[in-house]
Amino acid sequence: MIRLQDISRHFVIGDNTVHALDRVSLHITAGEYVAVMGPSGSGKSTLLNVIGLLDRPDDGRYLLDGEDTTTMDEVRLAGFRRRHIGFVFQSFHLVPRLSAAANVELPMVLAGIPAEQRRRRTTAALEAVGLTDRAGHRPEQLSGGQRQRVAVARATIMGPAVLLADEPTGNLDTASGMEVMALLETLNGDGLTLILVTHDASLGGRARRMVKLLDGRVESDERLSTGPESTP
Amino acid sequence: MTLYDQIHLAWQALTGHRLRSGLMLLAMAIGVAAVVFLTALGEGARRFVVGEFTALGTHLVMVLPGRNETTGGHPPLLGETPRDLTLEDALALERHPAIRRVAPLNVGSAPASHGRREREVTVIGTTAEFLAVRRLGLTQGRNLPAAAREAHPVALIGEGIRQELFAAGERALGGWLRLGDRRFRVIGVLRSEGYSIGLDIAELVLIPVASAQQLFDTSSLFRILVEARSREDVKGASDAVRRIIRERHEGEDDITVITQDAVVSTFDDILSVLTYMVGGVAAISLVVAGILVMNVMLVAVSQRTAEIGLLKALGASPAHIQRLFLTEAVLLSLMGAAIGLVVGYGAVVALRTLYPILSASPPPWALGAATGVALATGIGFGVLPARKAARLDPVQALARR
Repeated sequence: MIRLQDISRHFVIGDNTVHALDRVSLHITAGEYVAVMGPSGSGKSTLLNVIGLLDRPDDGRYLLDGEDTTTMDEVRLAGFRRRHIGFVFQSFHLVPRLSAAANVELPMVLAGIPAEQRRRRTTAALEAVGLTDRAGHRPEQLSGGQRQRVAVARATIMGPAVLLADEPTGNLDTASGMEVMALLETLNGDGLTLILVTHDASLGGRARRMVKLLDGRVESDERLSTGPESTP
Repeated sequence: MTLYDQIHLAWQALTGHRLRSGLMLLAMAIGVAAVVFLTALGEGARRFVVGEFTALGTHLVMVLPGRNETTGGHPPLLGETPRDLTLEDALALERHPAIRRVAPLNVGSAPASHGRREREVTVIGTTAEFLAVRRLGLTQGRNLPAAAREAHPVALIGEGIRQELFAAGERALGGWLRLGDRRFRVIGVLRSEGYSIGLDIAELVLIPVASAQQLFDTSSLFRILVEARSREDVKGASDAVRRIIRERHEGEDDITVITQDAVVSTFDDILSVLTYMVGGVAAISLVVAGILVMNVMLVAVSQRTAEIGLLKALGASPAHIQRLFLTEAVLLSLMGAAIGLVVGYGAVVALRTLYPILSASPPPWALGAATGVALATGIGFGVLPARKAARLDPVQALARR
């Protein structure tokens, strides 16, 4: 479903050219649970942004659902993001003035889905993450774990094919972090492709496939036989 | 994104930043209120002046001595006049069928006294027709005698003169009034009807024109007021005036004839331009408000960089972002304009209450123009910040906290 072919992305900082991604090729099929690991500056976040269509590679081809995204214009990319991709960020990125429910609704608002349908789907999504009674709360009235669960509900509300999580537990204590991970893994169990960026080895070890990056290149790409949740 | 959602989201953004939204509203409201109020003032002045002239009667033709060669200029109030207008000139006009009334006019000022009270007054020498031509009335007594050529020692006085020169309770009618070195018997008191081209009716003394010419030692007239039979006759009447006076002045065109319509439309034009001008000055404050809107919106864009990045990650296209920020600017402009209209109207009503004589009221075009300019500046100055927001790189925007 996700096919990266010789993807390169470099940034010019002063006189130096930093190769954030250097001819990376990767093939991720639907329903996979992939952990992307590597030290800081290894290109994990850039890889995630490229997969999430937030960033364009300087070289190479990226096929999403069989379509070449590298030639798409901004408007089509936005549409693809809306329909196919969900983001979960380390710092949640909830809109502070909007309630939990309104935050979850945002992607549907952008997609122009009628209000009645939005409400129904939002209620269901908040119920799925166990926050029905927090629907009217603003982000500042929620705990970190609750905020991240709102963010997960928002990321999945459009029924994306792939969920991109960038250090989703980075700002959480262990207990809420595990809750969020359990939630993400349940979604993966339901067939959602999950790509997790982390530098926490114990977190990465939960995935069924681990891609290690170093200096913008794929250092290793291995299938992990033992996940906490056995393959269905 | 539906229009409703777009407005709803923009509205939430505005109410989420009350201080900055409030400041922008204030700037817009002041601009619009200024346009409404200042144009109302200009319009009030225009109506006042036009009303004053219309009160004179719209069938009025004014005859002045001296020839004004250029059309549309000032009437020759100063300078040499080749030949004076005389009382006989005035009386000669009376017989023309297009002319209903003729009131010759001498104006001067003289010390007036009654008993031991004395003051300077404006004296108008005229005939009985004057009251009808100027639409004036009497509260007591009778009009000046009809015979124009005879000098009768009688006078009509304004209410202000009566109050100042005659003691309270003293009967003015039949009393003696000294003007200069002559005595006049008061035969009537004028009804005060406010102002008439700058002259306060209450402060006037009217005496027969022949008496005034003796008093001021002159044989010429200040001007002649001619009332045509109807509005349609104004043209015929002024032509007749020119022809009759030319015949009497040995074929020389040495008078200026001003019709009421010309005077009114001249003042109307001048004051309309004035209204446009003050409206334009006020509109500048709207543009300044627009620049403030732009500034605050730019700050808002940089404050909400992370949010813009998020929206892009959620699938918002650049057009979505641009529309959201523009909607904010438009909402602010519209609300600012609405508040400004209310405040401006309030100020106008207050002004009308304080100065009823100035029937201040903003012209309809000013309301549309103020709202239009507010909206145009809001959109115009909102575009730049909105485009800036739309062009943000989502990766960098999300990285900024």
